[in-house]
Amino acid sequence: MLKLGIPSKGRLMEQCFDWFASRGITLRRTGSDREYAGAVEGADGLALVLLSAGEIPRELAAGRIHLGVTGSDLVRDKLADWDRQVAELAPMGFGHADLIIAVPASWPDVDTLDDLDAAAAAFRRSHGHRLRIATKYHRLVREFLTRNGVADYQLVDSQGATEGTVKNLTAEAIADITSTGETLRANHLKILADGLVHQSQATLYAARAADWENGAAETLAGLAPRLGFDPKAL
Amino acid sequence: MALKGAARAEADRLMAAFRAAGAVPVEADILQPAEVLLDLYGEDIRARAYVTADPLRGEMMLRPDFTVPVVQMHMSGGAEPARYCYMGEVFRKQEHLTERKSEYFQVGYEVFDRANPALADAEVFALFADLLAPLRLRAVTGDIAILMAAVQGLRTLESRKSALLRHIWRPRRFTQLLDRFGGRAPVPETRARLLAALAAGETLTTAPRIGLRSDAEIAARLAALEADAQAAPIAAEEVARLEDLLNLSAKSPAALAHLRDLAREMPAIASATDRMEARLDALGAKGVDVDTLDFEASHGRTTLEYYDGFVFSFHGRGPDLPPIASGGRYDALTQVLGQGRSIPAVGGVIRPGLVADLTEGASC
Repeated sequence: MLKLGIPSKGRLMEQCFDWFASRGITLRRTGSDREYAGAVEGADGLALVLLSAGEIPRELAAGRIHLGVTGSDLVRDKLADWDRQVAELAPMGFGHADLIIAVPASWPDVDTLDDLDAAAAAFRRSHGHRLRIATKYHRLVREFLTRNGVADYQLVDSQGATEGTVKNLTAEAIADITSTGETLRANHLKILADGLVHQSQATLYAARAADWENGAAETLAGLAPRLGFDPKAL
Repeated sequence: MALKGAARAEADRLMAAFRAAGAVPVEADILQPAEVLLDLYGEDIRARAYVTADPLRGEMMLRPDFTVPVVQMHMSGGAEPARYCYMGEVFRKQEHLTERKSEYFQVGYEVFDRANPALADAEVFALFADLLAPLRLRAVTGDIAILMAAVQGLRTLESRKSALLRHIWRPRRFTQLLDRFGGRAPVPETRARLLAALAAGETLTTAPRIGLRSDAEIAARLAALEADAQAAPIAAEEVARLEDLLNLSAKSPAALAHLRDLAREMPAIASATDRMEARLDALGAKGVDVDTLDFEASHGRTTLEYYDGFVFSFHGRGPDLPPIASGGRYDALTQVLGQGRSIPAVGGVIRPGLVADLTEGASC
């Protein structure tokens, strides 16, 4: 059996179901609303596993599922050398979100990473600690800032309500996902002009560490034309 | 890869040699408070060091190197002058799938001595060169103090010089800044708009002020931006000389001659160049063949940012492999960790596991 991991809840799950349905594969939940069990019609040898979206990268890396749908932001943030652990089969065209760096709108002098770096240096001198950036995307943000030569900052972990951290004085800037920017504006934050860290969308991945013997590879090859990916991508 | 036993045996041999050279053996805890290391090295160290949580002491790191604890120990009451040696494992998280090890032995030798920095530099390098001689490694040297002096000597705003000094260890950013300060890169669109609004006396923002950064801090930066916009770009010939210096790579005597030439136009580097000459004399007196010793002015610019003088490393085959040994001078670090006090310091580490690998390879 080829195991396909799909987010277990909400709009992301429904959009996944729609995406597969429009390609002739019906995925559905079985049992009660509260039971995480699923069934597949229209593709032999494929089994549905419902998982928390945040756990799908880890399950893919461990090879416990063969295929999985999750945001490209989560895969890149949670997996070191992500492209050596999973293969990106198909971007799915929904679940769009931009991981961006935002600062208070009341900072007229900071619009670029270059400004942020200069402000961080001055901030550290006057406050005795590094300028704090609240985020839950530690790897992506750190790699982005290192690549762009920003210094004198530190990341502070924020697992939710990140836009509120500046007002609450637990951070000076944030790195978070946004789709419309409304929450940012409501919290008096603005996005840096060159502060786009990653453009994320729901993506179908294959696990390089999964067991591809016993027909799994053949099942994948059979799915390739229907789902529109290169069967040699793995 | 050499087994741990072979690495430890090699470490013991090197440690004995360091003790024979007059160093006092010291120990350091494996668990180090993360705060000191993070403050010193920045967020990059979090990607490189194992961070763990202690229920009472907060965030701790498995020691990524010995330098910080050894400097702290010396600054909290060591006698002067001092020579220390140490051996033990260090831990470096590998964020990419490579053959690089995440735990390995280091054997180190550190000298805290005010008397004669050139002599102390030469003492450390010559000791390492002597111990590693059978392996026929390639040694590379550099001098961060010369780069810092060159930047400090630029005829431009202090704010530009301190921005460049901050980014000596981030070459890409350094180049971007130099391009902008030299007028070779256009002013970013957002900056041009801001400057126009400032000049027109427009209201810059109506957003409520949130966060710790104060109005005074914002005003200070706006003033600095205006001053920067009004200042002339760094002269093209000054930029060219700085780039010439950064690209300098030659055998030491030729490098010294070139630096002497440059110093005629860049008097700021003259005294750092004098110190380099004194070091080369001291190295020669200790039997190091300085005529074949490589000097690269940008050497050490991509390592951890505490070296501020002489830097060196010893490499086996393969430029991508980690150096077998490396070290340098870190006078400023002693000031940061010394709470007001400081002492000139130089030292380095050898990786005995890599030495054992090469010794095995050579014998079979």
